[in-house]
Amino acid sequence: MSETQHIVKSFDQELQRLRSLMTAMGGMVENQVALATDAILHQDAGAATRAVELDMQVDEQEREAEQLVIRMLALRQPMANDLRQIVGAMKITAAMERIGDYAKNIARRSIVLGQYRLPFSLTGVANMSRLVQENLKLVIDAIGENDADKAGQVWKADLAIDEIYNSIFRELITYMMEDARNITPCTHLLFIAKNLERIGDHATNIAEHVFYAVTGEPLTDERPKGDGSAYAVIRLPDDVEDR
Amino acid sequence: MSQTANSVPKPSVGTGSIGAMTARSGASLNEARIAIRNLDFYYGTNKALKGIDLDLPARQVTGMIGPSGCGKSTLLRVLNRMYSLYPGQRAEGEVMMDGQNLIAPDIDMNELRSRIGMVFQKPTPFPMSVYDNIAFGVKLHEQLSKSAMEERVEWSLTRAALWGEVKDRLSGSAMGLSGGQQQRLCIARTIAVRPEVILLDEPTSALDPISTLKVEELIDELKRDFTIAIVTHNMQQAARCADQVAFFYLGEMIEVAPAAQLFTSPKQKRTQEYITGRFG
Repeated sequence: MSETQHIVKSFDQELQRLRSLMTAMGGMVENQVALATDAILHQDAGAATRAVELDMQVDEQEREAEQLVIRMLALRQPMANDLRQIVGAMKITAAMERIGDYAKNIARRSIVLGQYRLPFSLTGVANMSRLVQENLKLVIDAIGENDADKAGQVWKADLAIDEIYNSIFRELITYMMEDARNITPCTHLLFIAKNLERIGDHATNIAEHVFYAVTGEPLTDERPKGDGSAYAVIRLPDDVEDR
Repeated sequence: MSQTANSVPKPSVGTGSIGAMTARSGASLNEARIAIRNLDFYYGTNKALKGIDLDLPARQVTGMIGPSGCGKSTLLRVLNRMYSLYPGQRAEGEVMMDGQNLIAPDIDMNELRSRIGMVFQKPTPFPMSVYDNIAFGVKLHEQLSKSAMEERVEWSLTRAALWGEVKDRLSGSAMGLSGGQQQRLCIARTIAVRPEVILLDEPTSALDPISTLKVEELIDELKRDFTIAIVTHNMQQAARCADQVAFFYLGEMIEVAPAAQLFTSPKQKRTQEYITGRFG
C-alpha cells in the first residue's frame, strides 16, 4: 500500500535498518551460493573456503536482525503492514541463514569432489545453480523494493528448478549404475543438487513472506511443484520385463 | 423490558467461551444486536456522522477507533439518545434493535437507557455510598425488596470484579475509592439495571495500567451476557478487547472488520496509515 512516513521518524529509520540488514544478508548468501558453485565447477578451493567463511558473517547478520525485530516488537508495537514486515523479516532472515548453511555444505563437498576425476560434465548442476541464483537475486530485489510482483515471479519459477533437479537425480543414478567408482562423487553431487533445490525452496518461502508482508494476502494457491525424486525409480531391465 | 423475576443469574466464573475465542482469532461474528443503517448526525448544521452502516454483534465487543473528532463518541451518544438532551442535535437514519428504531421520536428514553447503559471516560460515581451508587439506578426501574436489592448489589459488584475490594465498605462513600475502583463501580452501576448493551467511552483513559487491565478483563467477562461497544484511543486496547473494530475518520466509517484482520491486514489505506502511526 503506501510508503507514507511514520509520524515518529525513528520508527522509519528502524524499518529502513531492518530492510538494509535483509538485503545485505541476501547479498552475502547470494555470494556464498556463487562461490560454492565456482568451487564445484572449477575446482576452486579458494572459493570454497571463502563461501564457508562467509557463513559466520551471515549468522551474525541473522542474530542482529532478530535482536532488532524483538526490540521493535516490544518498543513499537507495530500494526498492519509494519507488523507484517517486521515478523516477515524474522522469517526471511531465518530462511537466508538456512540458504547460507546449504551453500556452506555445497562448498565443503566441492573440496571432496575435487579429489575425483569425473567422466561426465556438470552442465546440469551448472544450469541448476544458475536458475537458483537468478531466483535468489530476484527475491532479494523483491525485498529491497517491497515488490509483490517480483515475489510472485520467484514463487512460480521454482518449478523449473525442481524439474532440473529431477533430471540430475536420474542422470546421476545412471552414472552410478554404469560404474560403481562413480558412486562416491555422484552421491556428493546428489547432495549438492539437493542442497541447491532446498535453496530454491527457501527462496520461494522468502517470496511468500515478502508477498504477504506487502499485500496482506497469503500466497495460497497450490504452488506448481516438480520435485518427484522421492517417487523416482530407476528400473532394472528385469523389472521392466515383469510389468 | 420486562423485569419480573427478582432473582438474578449467578455470575458465572471462568474464562471466555470458545465462541468468543474464535471471534477473537478473527473468525465469525454473531448476529447483529443493533443494526445501524445510513445514519447521519448533525450538531446544528455541522454533519458529524455521514451514512454510517454498522452492526453491533450480540455478546461481542465492537471497538471504535479513529482520531479525535472522527465521530466515534458521537455514535455512542446516538445509541443511547444522549443527544436528545441537547437542542439542535439530531439524527437521521436507522438504529434498529428488536424491530424498533431507537432514534424514532416516540422511543421511551428512560427505558432505552436501562437497556443500553453507558460508562464514561472519567469515573462518575455519585456522591453517596458504594451501595447507594448501585441501588440508585435500580430503584428507578424496579421495586425490589431489601434482600433482593442486596443480592442485586452484590451481583453487580461481583460481575464488575469489585465485590472483594468493597464488600466491607459498602456504606462508605464511593468518592473514597481509587480511580480504577470508581470506574469499575460505574460499570457495576451500569450493569445493575441489567441492560442488554453496554457503551464504554474511553473507559480506561484515566486509569493506571493495572486498573486498565482489570477493566479489560472485565469486558471479556461481561461480553458473555452483554453486547458491548467501546470507544478507545488506545489501539492496543481495541486489539486486546474487541471482536470487531470500526475505524472512523471525519464522520465516516472507513472500515469495519474482525479485530485480527483489521490490525494485521486492513483493506483501506487510511486505516492502515492511522493504525501504523503514519496519519497526517
